[in-house]
Amino acid sequence: MTVSVLFFGVSSDLAGRASAEMELKEQADVTSFKSQLFSEFPGMKNLSDFAVAVNEAYSNDSDSIKDGDEIAILPPVSGG
Amino acid sequence: MKNTCVLLTDKQLDLDVCNRFVEDPKCGGISIFVGTVRNHTQGNAVLHLEFSAYNNMAIKEMQKIADRAMTKFSIEKIAIHHAVGKLKIGDIPVIIAVSSAHRNAAFDACQFAIDTLKETVPIWKKEYFEDGEVWVNAHP
Repeated sequence: MTVSVLFFGVSSDLAGRASAEMELKEQADVTSFKSQLFSEFPGMKNLSDFAVAVNEAYSNDSDSIKDGDEIAILPPVSGG
Repeated sequence: MKNTCVLLTDKQLDLDVCNRFVEDPKCGGISIFVGTVRNHTQGNAVLHLEFSAYNNMAIKEMQKIADRAMTKFSIEKIAIHHAVGKLKIGDIPVIIAVSSAHRNAAFDACQFAIDTLKETVPIWKKEYFEDGEVWVNAHP
């Protein structure tokens, strides 16, 4: 299945882009997504702390991912 | 009548708009927090800032904060406005305005809203210095 991935803040520098498409195995969850992310975008290993949003909501590691989901990489936020 | 007003914009924020939105005859007071762009970070002179956001999610998270504040505190109305794009020193990136019958609820809700915004709303600040730029709080 295919998901779109958005990189925000410093993660866009580390990934070298603002967005990407990734092919995930069926029955992917956030944990398996992250390990694939690190292998496709090794620069992301330098980001010690980040959250993952699935379809515009904060996710847990065990949340499943579906075909067509929008996944966002969110470094620690600094608004306000 | 809507009691919350959430805005994410690349235009200048307007204090009057926030103030007018929360005005209410049932209220005894309005508490307003205004964030301003500071000219230094840890001794280094900041030239300007740039805020970027995951727009759709940022608006959803700001709305969640407004809704939670309405439930958690005895307040009448709340406005949460945040700017994105390039901001100069002294510009206003964020305004929280809260009205309530009695002042404590407005103070508490205002603090709750800005503190939570800084933890959960997907907005990132980049500081520009004489000798470069850095994402705030995002040192790998």
